[in-house]
Amino acid sequence: MSRPALHFPDALFHPDSGVGGGPRPPHGDHDSLWVQNDRAIIDSIQDRVIDAADSLGYDTNAQFALRLALEEAIVNAFKHGHKGLPGDTPVHFEFEVSPKRIYVIVEDQGPGFTPKAVPDPTLDENLERPSGRGLVLMRAYMTRIEHNAQGNRVEMELIRPESRE
Amino acid sequence: MSQEESRLRVQREDGVVHVEFIDRNILDEANIQMIGQELFSIVDTEKDPKLLLSFSNVDHLSSSALGTLITLNTKIKLKSGQLRLANIDRQIYEVFVITRLNQLFQISDTTEEAQASFE
Repeated sequence: MSRPALHFPDALFHPDSGVGGGPRPPHGDHDSLWVQNDRAIIDSIQDRVIDAADSLGYDTNAQFALRLALEEAIVNAFKHGHKGLPGDTPVHFEFEVSPKRIYVIVEDQGPGFTPKAVPDPTLDENLERPSGRGLVLMRAYMTRIEHNAQGNRVEMELIRPESRE
Repeated sequence: MSQEESRLRVQREDGVVHVEFIDRNILDEANIQMIGQELFSIVDTEKDPKLLLSFSNVDHLSSSALGTLITLNTKIKLKSGQLRLANIDRQIYEVFVITRLNQLFQISDTTEEAQASFE
C-alpha cells in the first residue's frame, strides 16, 4: 500500500458525512479516512463503525469492546503518537465491518513507540501508575492487535464469536 | 455544552461526599481533566476526605479516566482519607478486573453498601 500524502484536507472526515438516525437495514461498511483530533469527529467515526456492527447483529459486548478499543487506539495516536507534532496533524484510520470480523487500522505520523517498553500496569508495583492501560484494554477486548515495527500503526481485529447466546 | 458546567452531582451525607457522574461516556480528554480538577478540589478542601463515587449513569470509560481515578485515590490516601466506588455496570466492572484495579479500589455494588463501609 502506498502511503497517502500527509495532509490531505479533502479527505478529512466530517461528522456530517456520518450516518443519520433511525434503524437501517443490515450493512457492512468500510472506509479509509484522515481524522483530526476533534471530539465530535472521533465520536462520529466510532458511531459509524459501531452502527455498522450493530446492523450486522454484533451484540452489546462486541459493541462495548469496539468502542473501548477504538477510543484507546485513536487517543493513543493523538496523545502519545503525535506528541510534539502540530495539533492539526491528522491520524489515518481504516476500517472494515463485515459479518464475520471487524478490522481497524490506526496510523499516526509520529516516530512510533515500542509497545514492549510500556511497563505492565497490572503488576502490583505498577497498579498506582496512572497511565499505560490503553494497550492492556485493547489486547483484552480485541481478538488480535498488532503494531508495525516502527510502532506508529496498530492493526486490530475482532472476530465474531461462532456461537452466541 | 458549556465548559463551565459541572460534570458531577455532589452532595454530602454523614460526613461522606457523594459524587455522581452525569456523563454516560467518560472518554473525552478535556472532560476527564475537568472532572479530575473538580474531584481534586473536593479532596483539597476536605479535612478528612471521604469520597463515594457513583457510576450509575456511566456506560463507557477510558484508560485516561482510570488514570484520573488512580491519581484521585493517591491524593486521598496522602490525606489519610477514604475512597469508595459504587454502582458500576457489569461491562465497566470488567474493565476494572482486566486492569486489576478492582484490587486497588474498594468497590461496592450499591451506594448504601459503600456508605456503610467507611471507617
